[in-house]
Amino acid sequence: MRIVKLQKERLFPFLEVISEGADLWAPVKKHGDKHVFKEVKDFSQIDLDYTRTILPPKKIMLPPTFNMFKASKEGYQEDFSHVSKKILFGVHTCDIHGLLIMDRFYSYIYDDPYYSRARESTLVLGHSCWPDENCLCKSTNTHIVEEGYDLFFTALDDSYLVWIGSSRGDDLIRMKPELFDENITDKDIQGFIHWREKRDKAFKTEIDFSAMPDLMELKYNDPLWEKLGDACLACGSCTNVCPTCNCYNVLDKPSLGEEYSEIHRCWDACTLENYSEVAGGENFREKRLNRLKLWYTHKLQAYISKYGKPACVGCGRCIVTCPVDINVKTVAKALDGEEVDSFWNRFHQEVRK
Amino acid sequence: MSMEKNELNTNNPFLPEPARIVRMYPLTDDVKFFQVRIADMEKALSFRYRAGQFAMVSVLGAGEAPFSISSSPSRPGLLEFCIRQTGTVTNALFRLKENDLVGLRGPYGNGFPVEKMKDKDVLIVMGGLGAAPLRSVLLYCLDNRDQFRRVILLHGAKRPAEMIFREEFFDLKKREDLECYLTVDEDDTGEWVENTGVVTTLFPLIEDIDPGNTFAMVCGPPVMYKFVLKELVKLNIPKDQILMTLERRMKCGVGKCGHCAIDYIYTCLDGPVFTYWDVIHMRELI
Repeated sequence: MRIVKLQKERLFPFLEVISEGADLWAPVKKHGDKHVFKEVKDFSQIDLDYTRTILPPKKIMLPPTFNMFKASKEGYQEDFSHVSKKILFGVHTCDIHGLLIMDRFYSYIYDDPYYSRARESTLVLGHSCWPDENCLCKSTNTHIVEEGYDLFFTALDDSYLVWIGSSRGDDLIRMKPELFDENITDKDIQGFIHWREKRDKAFKTEIDFSAMPDLMELKYNDPLWEKLGDACLACGSCTNVCPTCNCYNVLDKPSLGEEYSEIHRCWDACTLENYSEVAGGENFREKRLNRLKLWYTHKLQAYISKYGKPACVGCGRCIVTCPVDINVKTVAKALDGEEVDSFWNRFHQEVRK
Repeated sequence: MSMEKNELNTNNPFLPEPARIVRMYPLTDDVKFFQVRIADMEKALSFRYRAGQFAMVSVLGAGEAPFSISSSPSRPGLLEFCIRQTGTVTNALFRLKENDLVGLRGPYGNGFPVEKMKDKDVLIVMGGLGAAPLRSVLLYCLDNRDQFRRVILLHGAKRPAEMIFREEFFDLKKREDLECYLTVDEDDTGEWVENTGVVTTLFPLIEDIDPGNTFAMVCGPPVMYKFVLKELVKLNIPKDQILMTLERRMKCGVGKCGHCAIDYIYTCLDGPVFTYWDVIHMRELI
């Protein structure tokens, strides 16, 4: 892999050049202190000093609702209007790992063209970040990234070290090579080492994910799940914000009076009540605790057993989103035997007793 | 965008294939039999599947749902389904007429391991609409009769009028190479000549079973499994030779939508046929 250097003041000129043939999406401020990935025309809106966006980049590959087919008696017409040339700038390592998990999932046995076409037409430009108390990426080993991006920008004092991760990333550099410096000095390398050491020490939360498959198994019938199920609002928020949650529903939207239908694909959540309901009303997971068990089986057990790493990329979104503190951090700690300070625990102790 | 200009991505696994309803008629009050043929003749003939696999069937404007294929792969060209009217898609299917078009894609799922069942005894236990997927493997076994040893069928319904494929199974009873036992929970006609009682009351009628060389296949309403599995275990049939085919909500059939997830497997890719050992091992299956 090749690494080049870019002076910070040259970032916008570079973005200017590369965004000529594609829509540039980047983190911008929303609701005060929150951030979202959004299409930007005015680069001054870009705020790289962010921890996590409300929704992960999956919303760009597969929007919350999009049309798969326009269907009529004459047949089905594929609709790929959610796909366009995009450059997604400022993606953190956790979210790149989220995309890598999605890549594997959506190409497993059957290739999902709605995902793969959107993914192929999106260039991913990563950016380094700094953890807050809810970042778990060091525990999930997603604080570093080796693939899944086209360029990756590590911000040092005055400059970026830019990892070129793909041939298409290299093409971007070649659009304005004079902006970049091929010469990485000892000082730059020292700067990087210093940054990395400091960053790695900044993590405040550590979880031993390797213990989770066994603990999930051993505690499958633990009263903990009753507590969690009792407090869960079944709102589906944890699922919406998770970079590796991919479940969806399909809805036919017929137009009134015409024999024409649009077939919409929309995000769904296994935590919602009717998720596992089959025709005739039989529901395989009527209880909230059973739906939570499925969610955590997928995040903490199944993927680790299969691929040696959790299907959690440590982004911390479930931690900041769940209104009742049911999240990877509190559940993993509780599975590990800790008495966690969380709404669901207090709810159980103070309200239910 | 005009239709002609749109380049069809033939690799789109979600794209249904138009299929024509060749025949449809009621099997019971709320179950209809559908015989369909893929409109494109070449594709109709090249549609290969295994007994126990399923297909996604769609009706324009109503949606798509998974249905087990009831016909046998040994009789290619036509696909058969028995469908109970119970939701949006099936309501729409019931409103259709012969010669109407539906969407079809598949086949999906693992199907029954018929190769492993060669030169073994085959015991099929079906209850109610459980006959839909098991009829496929039953017909397959009968069409390839020399590949299997004994073929035993136990079929139970609530009442005579609710027994799907009643006439077909009565016809099959005449075959000497099939041990066919039929039962109803209650006879409200006074004309039922076969056994009366739940499906497990048929077990004592089966002559000596060679458990190590028997594959049992079970499908029926959820309440049936517990009792039937108990009988099969009592017969000493190994748990990994007891097969069942399960029903789950599905929106894609190809392992993407997530609805049929059980633990860490997907019913659409790893199932819908599971062994009793899988069931014990994986929780949540039944």
